Amino acid sequence: MMDNGCVLCAKGLAAGYSKKIVVDGLSFELKPGQILTLIGPNGAGKSTVLKTITGHLPLVSGELMLCQKDLKAMNEKEISKKMSVLLTEKLTAERMTCGDVVCAGRYPYTGMFGVLDKDDIKKVKEAMELTAVSELYDRDFGQISDGQRQCVMLARAIAQEPEVLLLDEPTSYLDVGHKLQILTVIRKLVTKRNIAVIQSLHELDMAQKFSDRVLCIKDGKADRIGTPEEIFEGSYILKLYGIKDGSYDTYYASAEMPAVKGDPQVFVIGGGGKGISVYRRLQRQGIPFAAGVIHENDIEYPAAKALAAAVIAERAFEPISEENIEKARQIIKKCGKVICCADTFGAMNKGNETLYNYAAENSLL
Amino acid sequence: METKRKKLYLCGFLLLLFLSAVLFVLNLGMGSSSMDPSGSLAVLFGKNCDAAARRIIFDIRLPRATAALLLGGALSVAGFLLQSFFRNPIAGPFVLGISSGAKMTVAIVMIAAMQGGFLLNSACMITAAFVGALSSMGVILLVSGRVKNMAQLIITGVMIGYICNAVTDLAANFADDANIVNLHNWSMGSFSGIKRDDIKIIAAMVFIAALCAFFMSKPIDAYRLGEAYAENMGVNIRFFRVALIFISSFLSACVTAFAGPVSFVGVAVPHLIKSLFNTAKPIIIIPASFLGGGCFCMCCDLMARMLFAPRELNVSTVTAFFGAPIVIWIMLKREKREV
Repeated sequence: MMDNGCVLCAKGLAAGYSKKIVVDGLSFELKPGQILTLIGPNGAGKSTVLKTITGHLPLVSGELMLCQKDLKAMNEKEISKKMSVLLTEKLTAERMTCGDVVCAGRYPYTGMFGVLDKDDIKKVKEAMELTAVSELYDRDFGQISDGQRQCVMLARAIAQEPEVLLLDEPTSYLDVGHKLQILTVIRKLVTKRNIAVIQSLHELDMAQKFSDRVLCIKDGKADRIGTPEEIFEGSYILKLYGIKDGSYDTYYASAEMPAVKGDPQVFVIGGGGKGISVYRRLQRQGIPFAAGVIHENDIEYPAAKALAAAVIAERAFEPISEENIEKARQIIKKCGKVICCADTFGAMNKGNETLYNYAAENSLL
Repeated sequence: METKRKKLYLCGFLLLLFLSAVLFVLNLGMGSSSMDPSGSLAVLFGKNCDAAARRIIFDIRLPRATAALLLGGALSVAGFLLQSFFRNPIAGPFVLGISSGAKMTVAIVMIAAMQGGFLLNSACMITAAFVGALSSMGVILLVSGRVKNMAQLIITGVMIGYICNAVTDLAANFADDANIVNLHNWSMGSFSGIKRDDIKIIAAMVFIAALCAFFMSKPIDAYRLGEAYAENMGVNIRFFRVALIFISSFLSACVTAFAGPVSFVGVAVPHLIKSLFNTAKPIIIIPASFLGGGCFCMCCDLMARMLFAPRELNVSTVTAFFGAPIVIWIMLKREKREV
């Protein structure tokens, strides 16, 4: 096979168990310095694919190349020097300090009895520094938090000096601080050491921000592969995850509950983000509402669009038109109740001031 | 910290070596005809030519003490291997029914040989014990694939032990009365009746198997992080598992063939050693467990002989007395950790 600069390359890969193929016809290429993220609904087979790549599950069919070599023809030791892993399974390491756990990453490089030399220790320390867990070196691995544990396990994977780092849901069960920390370390690693990362993630916002390429798995096949911009576009995410009720905004990577349908009972004068909490509260209380007049480039436009029964929107950067004011007035007349979230009115939303005054005059506030 | 650890390891090993030496000499000296340590050492090194003393030391006490040392070590190492394999701190050759399985096949072969009127050599005994140990291990492996809970695995092992004991008892019904006495003594675990010639075989077998275990300490170390990680670190899992099963079964079989089933040593000693060294690193624990198991068994055998002399207890009675509470202690400690 020609050298195409890929460290991991799959062609028509089928992953699964001898009797049941879970994912079929998967092809991708991974170059050094790239992060490839697998996303897709629960049970789509992300973990199965990763397990096949690690060799934990036998390759059902297709071709899998690691550093230009057929994975099937490599023995465990060769593979271990090229690829290291961070898995989801919880560890119970008996009487092991965090240092011991990271030292285990040097396994492929040590001699018959696994004794570490100075160079090994140095690499272990470097890896622990990189993930900011140096001070945990002598701590019992069983007595640290989940977040710290994941950082230690990541340090172990780094100490193994891989060319490909495989991470199965590295951020699950972590708080947002640790999530960011782990992914930042991974990004730093990719840039500094030019390694390649293949990972599965459930957090779409993280997948969008931290990936170079995204592979979407659905119904046992690769549904799409592309840059985050290509994947997180339009309503594709709703389709991928089969979301029928509710919505997902790809700019803010935020999912909203489905809107309450029906004739609006309240009119919310919004704008500038102040209305979002009101929309969500009304949604929780099950009250259908209308929102307006909101510019299409307003930060709360996506939330209003997702949650309101009706939205009166104005084109971006345009003053609110008479036509829209009239439309809003009709709705206000019908529902008879207005909540105003805006506290200042500028040139562009002068129209909302008109609506506010109208509501105040008719004591609808 | 690293140097502190190394100092601890060194002290631990020195302590174990010292204990082994002391207990070994005590085992030679104490008995129905007591000798002080210098006296027994004098005999051992050929300085005392009293024929009776020589007979006692060389034909009875030396083989017995050596057997306790070697077989105790073998049991502890087997226990440690099984604990690593099943990731279960209370696994051991006795609780998992492996000793009982070996005992069953040895008893059957022994009775058959006695009925047929021919004598068994050590090789036959070891082979029979190994077959029995492996068959118990096979059942345990079948079950372990299905149960994830560590208590369930142990219960299965205990039940296998009961089944094997029942079969052994059944077989004993077909033996002559005189033979039953012999069988009964052996089937309860005892280091007595081991001859000088046996010792050579025991030493060779146990050393080879224990050395194999020691050479596997690196993959065992990796296996502590779980199968998937071990695999990723370059361990050939299939080979590793088979090797571990064979070595631990073989060690247990050696013990059972010569001393019958000796209880709880395999669980208690590795645990005590891990506490003493405050680590579970196989490269430390395997040799330390070997020494520790030797000390434990020599100590227990000494008690079995001396406590109610001239009446002699089964060594299993004594090892169970000290070993079983340790198992309960481990369980309680685990409970606390999981909460």
